[in-house]
Amino acid sequence: MRFGIIVFPGSNCDHDCQYVTETLLGEPTHFIWHQETTLPEIDALIVPGGFSYGDYLRAGAIARFSPIMDAVIDFAQKGGYVLGICNGFQILTEAGLLSGALLQNRSTKFICKWTALRVESNQTDFTRAYQAKQRISLPIAHADGNYFIDREHLAELETNNQIVFRYVDDSGEPSEKSNPNGSVNNIAGICNEAGNVLGMMPHPERAADPVLGGIDGIKLFQSLQISWKQHVRA
Amino acid sequence: MSEPEQEAIPYHTLTGEEYEKTKTLLGRSPNATELAIFSAMWSEHCSYKSSRPYLKRFPTEGEHVIHGPGENAGVVDIGDGWVAVFKIESHNHPSYIEPFQGAATGVGGILRDVFTMGARPVALLNSLRFGPLEIPKNRYLLEQVVAGIAGYGNCIGVPTVGGEIVFNETYSKNPLVNVFCLGIAKKEEIVTATASGVGNPVIYVGSKTGRDGVHGATMASAELDESTQDRHTVQVGDPFTEKRLVEACLELIHSGCLVGIQDMGAAGLTSSATEMADRGNCGIEIDLAKVPLREEKITYEEIMISESQERMLLVAEKGREAEVAAIFNKWDLDVAQIGWVTDDKYFRVKDGDQVVAEIPVNALTAEAPVYDRPVKEPAFQDMLLGLNIDGISTPKSFSKTLLTILGSPNFSSKAWVYQQYDHMIQTNTVIPPGSGVAMIRLKGTEKALAMTTDGNSVYSLLNPYFGGAIAVAEASRNLACVGAKPIGLTNCLNFGNPERPETMWAFGLTVEGIRDACTNFEIPVVSGNVSLYNETLGLGIYPTPVIGMVGLVDLMDLIKNPLTPGFKRPGEKIVLIGDTREELGGSAYLKIIHSQERGYPPNLDFKKEIGVQALVREAAHAGLLSSAHDCSEGGLAVTLAECCLLSEKHVGAKVEIAPPSFRMDGYLFGESQSRIIVTVKESHLSALKNRIEKQGLPYSILGDTGGSGLEISVQNKTHPIIHLSIDEMHASQSKGISHYFTDSTDKE
Repeated sequence: MRFGIIVFPGSNCDHDCQYVTETLLGEPTHFIWHQETTLPEIDALIVPGGFSYGDYLRAGAIARFSPIMDAVIDFAQKGGYVLGICNGFQILTEAGLLSGALLQNRSTKFICKWTALRVESNQTDFTRAYQAKQRISLPIAHADGNYFIDREHLAELETNNQIVFRYVDDSGEPSEKSNPNGSVNNIAGICNEAGNVLGMMPHPERAADPVLGGIDGIKLFQSLQISWKQHVRA
Repeated sequence: MSEPEQEAIPYHTLTGEEYEKTKTLLGRSPNATELAIFSAMWSEHCSYKSSRPYLKRFPTEGEHVIHGPGENAGVVDIGDGWVAVFKIESHNHPSYIEPFQGAATGVGGILRDVFTMGARPVALLNSLRFGPLEIPKNRYLLEQVVAGIAGYGNCIGVPTVGGEIVFNETYSKNPLVNVFCLGIAKKEEIVTATASGVGNPVIYVGSKTGRDGVHGATMASAELDESTQDRHTVQVGDPFTEKRLVEACLELIHSGCLVGIQDMGAAGLTSSATEMADRGNCGIEIDLAKVPLREEKITYEEIMISESQERMLLVAEKGREAEVAAIFNKWDLDVAQIGWVTDDKYFRVKDGDQVVAEIPVNALTAEAPVYDRPVKEPAFQDMLLGLNIDGISTPKSFSKTLLTILGSPNFSSKAWVYQQYDHMIQTNTVIPPGSGVAMIRLKGTEKALAMTTDGNSVYSLLNPYFGGAIAVAEASRNLACVGAKPIGLTNCLNFGNPERPETMWAFGLTVEGIRDACTNFEIPVVSGNVSLYNETLGLGIYPTPVIGMVGLVDLMDLIKNPLTPGFKRPGEKIVLIGDTREELGGSAYLKIIHSQERGYPPNLDFKKEIGVQALVREAAHAGLLSSAHDCSEGGLAVTLAECCLLSEKHVGAKVEIAPPSFRMDGYLFGESQSRIIVTVKESHLSALKNRIEKQGLPYSILGDTGGSGLEISVQNKTHPIIHLSIDEMHASQSKGISHYFTDSTDKE
């Protein structure tokens, strides 16, 4: 399985993602400079975290106009796997591939810490290696992770099972206290209706190597491997 | 660009004597631009004119040292072709005037010092000092400094993995912001800030030059007063540009067309050009008409001493200018050839054909003034040392005392701060912030680097020699607790006005203390920084040496399962290595509970310290230890409480002590040095005891881990003298800082 990672000026989780896909999973991984206009032959695309264009204007707002984005949108519309992590999630909402928006954290401050999440759906191509409603632990690191969507579209997300991850407390329930940034309904990650585009604020690539204290994130990448193999076989 | 006005000499800060010296060196009177250049290069900040004679006393050489002080950062060989590059630097004055930008650009500057050596920055630490949080201005300073560090470090993608924050009244008008950066590189990738090769192009890259930071170096070389609002002397940071600059510079270094490179830091273009020429024993000629500018009507002097951020000066190989340009163009950064290397050893500045300044390079460097400042012990020193311990009442409840100390800002959880820093990016952080040492693994190797910053200014106030020596000992001890072997240190010496003999008295003794500790522990000083004039309205800070130390861990077991301070599981033996004396002088207990900063600070016996550290390091390597924690500030009771609070599984402890032959508060809260608390499985206890006894070191078995709280009792007494649940201690310790800030949604 071939991974591609988009590199914008200011991307800074690009190498962390590559370490997971290439070194830990052994899959060939290509960096794709934002000024390219076509994608190489790849099976999954990662839009990594960071501060593309310094987050100037608004997180993701400038990256969305980078030359490569037309090819990314095209790839997604044709059913290619697209994973947006943190700033990548912000860019995908700005580009219209995912609904909603990421606002400033309720505390107005950057927050970096491990958070408890619940896998709301293990029926997506990104989450099939998880148990149903599994409680997992992933780090967050963002200043603008407060997911917002209007009531009407929120209902659509809920009905279509597009909410993939929620922040939860020790008992596994989404509560006010376990919501680190003020996100609507404790939403930490969503996918598009077709299920091939996932955006999430937590960083699965930071929880993939046992030496870093948690490995709940590796299953997300392994899910993609499984899904891709099934897809190829089909 | 306008002609300099004849009558006004705005950037001239030389003394009369210094002015005469410039005339002798030039054989004529300097013009306005030359005066600005001399003023910047001869400022305390750039020339170290008060401290240079002292700094020569540090041991700077070692088997593994590749570059010591004098380069942008120190470089130490860590084996298998890898080197560690690190330095600490102050950004104190700017952070008081404009805390967000002051701190942010401090981070930016130290990052550039490291990546200009060819190393990729992999970790940041910061050592911060503020006045008490009861004062709104101090809350504002803390909040803004932290936001500035976060804003810059998070954006550029270098994890902020540790450091320290200390509160004391002495910093109310002089906060300290010392930033440390560590980078790693392959040995052959290291480049230096040396100009060479006559005719080689001198190239300017990065941001355009503006008026920001004009006068920064000279501002940092003077006392501040109440009206100090020179915000234009503070630079403005742009981490997005710096991120592109890192990537472009590392790409350039790998391209092989680089000769030398230096950050335009303090005194900007002036210092970078002259220092590079000085190291290469050559000259440099630059043309100001070619410098990328962002402001109109900027004068020659302003261009020469602007401290606009995210700029670099480099010397490339002749004929490869286009390659350099292509790399910086790719990253959307300015690039302009502004001059070339000459062989006449002059620093020559032109505007087109017109010569604007012409100064021998060594007049700005080697010939810069050096002052042997007068030295005098402060009149109040004896009074400070006079602690009447019998006049200090023993608390009725030691439990309450412990809770009060844990809840004080100096001992409380720093989570409110470090959760604002991305401490996980680059996915190397093996020991995260919160325990006194941070550790990052090096991907693709079987190595990790541990880092810490330390310094206790109350000790330094009471006895500057021991303050300096103990800072080194404690840093090294913290590293021993994770099994790391120190490879080098960098120091930041923060002091008041050097023109006061009392300041230089303390400075000299501090240097001696650091030197003696380094010599005894065999740890070289590889880089550092001096920050003087930390005075406002004539009130100077306590002498504040800050030590940043790096240690190497080369055992995978200690990287995969790092040794940390928290208790691991119930039923283990708690062992104190070292011994406890009645040493309450300068202690946190005296300060927090009795409002006194007095007495002799604890003694330091180098031989014992070396023995304790070696023993713990070796026991860690042998896999005998479950946890290890330095026992120093706050004393035994606080250290035990921290081991409970840092326990992931909330493991408590039951400790029984023999009745001490001296005051109980001295036993519980005294700060005797050379002590480490470890835990071992019962099955490892005899092996550990054998090792300790073989080394002839003092030790005591304190008790067992287990339970949900900390219980300390005295043999043959029925009631424990301390009995607290972990929940109670946590409730107190978690709020010490965060409760001053209302915004926090996250007060765990």
